[in-house]
Amino acid sequence: MAIVAQSSKTGRVSRATLAWIIALLFFFPIFWMVLTSFKTDADAVKPEFLIWFTPTLENYVNMTENYDYWRFATNSVITSVFATLFALAVGIPCAYAMAFNPSRSTKDVLMWMLSTKMLPAAAVLYPMTFLTKSLGLFDTHFIIIVVLMLINLPIVVWMLFTYFKEIPKEIIEAGQMDGVSTWGEIREILIPLAWGGIASTALLCFIFCWNEAYWTVRLTTTDAATLSKLIEGNRAPEGLFFGRLSAVSAAAVGPIVVLGWFCQKQLVQGLTFGAVK
Amino acid sequence: MGRIQLENVTKSFGETQVIPPLNLTIEDGEFAVFVGPSGCGKSTLLRLIAGLEDTTSGNISIDGEDMTQVSPSKRGLAMVFQTYALYPHMTVRKNIAFPMRMAGLSDAEQEKRIMAAAESLNLVDYLDRKPAQLSGGQRQRVAIGRAIVRDPKAFLFDEPLSNLDAALRVGMRIEITEMHARMGTTMIYVTHDQVEAMTMADKIVVLQAGVIEQVGSPLDLYRNPRNLFVAGFIGSPKMNLIEGSEATKHNATTIGIRPEHIDVVPDSGTWSGKVGVAEHLGSDTFFHVHETGLTETLTVRAVGDVALKHGDTIHLSPRLEELHRFDAQGMRLS
Repeated sequence: MAIVAQSSKTGRVSRATLAWIIALLFFFPIFWMVLTSFKTDADAVKPEFLIWFTPTLENYVNMTENYDYWRFATNSVITSVFATLFALAVGIPCAYAMAFNPSRSTKDVLMWMLSTKMLPAAAVLYPMTFLTKSLGLFDTHFIIIVVLMLINLPIVVWMLFTYFKEIPKEIIEAGQMDGVSTWGEIREILIPLAWGGIASTALLCFIFCWNEAYWTVRLTTTDAATLSKLIEGNRAPEGLFFGRLSAVSAAAVGPIVVLGWFCQKQLVQGLTFGAVK
Repeated sequence: MGRIQLENVTKSFGETQVIPPLNLTIEDGEFAVFVGPSGCGKSTLLRLIAGLEDTTSGNISIDGEDMTQVSPSKRGLAMVFQTYALYPHMTVRKNIAFPMRMAGLSDAEQEKRIMAAAESLNLVDYLDRKPAQLSGGQRQRVAIGRAIVRDPKAFLFDEPLSNLDAALRVGMRIEITEMHARMGTTMIYVTHDQVEAMTMADKIVVLQAGVIEQVGSPLDLYRNPRNLFVAGFIGSPKMNLIEGSEATKHNATTIGIRPEHIDVVPDSGTWSGKVGVAEHLGSDTFFHVHETGLTETLTVRAVGDVALKHGDTIHLSPRLEELHRFDAQGMRLS
């Protein structure tokens, strides 16, 4: 008995140590990025492992004054918020229909939706760019919102479907017997019951939209450009401005890291797809 | 009003036909019980009436109006589910108010009906609780309350008591029967428990594999079962069904005799055997008798306490006027 207890304690300690090492390993690049953002460009490229240096806010000042950080950040907020809202507006009725009125082809439709995520984005780069330009939608918020919504819709529908599946069918049927309309069912029963799931889906969708770089970089120039574009634009064509690049990157990932930190619990539930109740 | 009529109704899931063409009428104010073993299609039949499943063919009409294509919400029926199906995010009050709110009733009218339902169902003290804070029996009461306030044409009950413990089940059974007597509204009640069927129903519909085996009053089914299935299903303990030479004596393939129709006699009855198990209930004694010369073990019900125990010899005499005779197809011989 004592031996078992001993070994399990050792196991616990070593597991915890391992977890810390891995966590620190993952955290290090972010830490280093934030650290570098407070260095001068000269300090930033020094070959030695520089931890002690004179910190400066020069990069941040430069970013906000010369590189219009707030415009890019506003664009990121606008496109991510609206893309998430529209994805939910389409995804909730869609997942509702599939969860509670499945047909023979529901599974195939779900698989097909997921399969669109397997398509390499580069494969449709030319038609997308051509279409957006010829429709006069290039570098508009509208096209970015539409694209962000569409690329995240499969994930949104899958997640919501998984959550809705956990709601007993009888509760929805009781609603039907009680004389509620389809919209009423969604509004009065489904959304309140699946609120946690919808919130974590929205959060994840928002994060994906915020972080998206492939399309936001390629379909914008200035007007609708997001923070991804700002980072891309600072990718040192004029030399190795690591300090500035780090400041821009830190300012781009900052909001989402803070948001993720506050919503940790929701996120974990969302990512385990309802496996943990 | 609530006269429900099913004409040539069928239901298939894919290639499988679960309800072959079926005709049935439930009169206004009747308490009809659908009973049968699990998988016999009784719940499906109820859901067809509710509109929660679409019929494959045939017509369902309520008060003479064709409702086959009408959505569940517009049929004017209320349903109580086995799992209660309460809205977990709403208080008891809001649960009960929900169908009235959907129907657009005034707040005053809603409150009046909520209080009336809560009083008759002993829920007044629980109106501000959420379903999770209630016991199984209380939850079922809320589900019934939610059904009552709608003043429906008919109530549909889908095995509403099967999640409750035995004592509560008996209590709720009586409450529902009383409720029916008081309100006089049509009720359709699905159960696999033949005791519930016998005690509650005006009309029992015995189903097997989607086919109606017999429709009739409880005592009608008890006294004149149309076939072997109904004979074996209705009555507790089950009817003794005897085949072989004993049946041939009565010009039948199978004879049936209920445990309460076999008398324990002091000596030399029709059959003699050894007591396998004696169940002393005080009011009755049940004997399971072997070695009677019949292939089957006989179940016998004696009134009062009869002091016989395992291994004792017992003499039995069936009341011949209560004997049921069945042919090779299992159908009743008159």
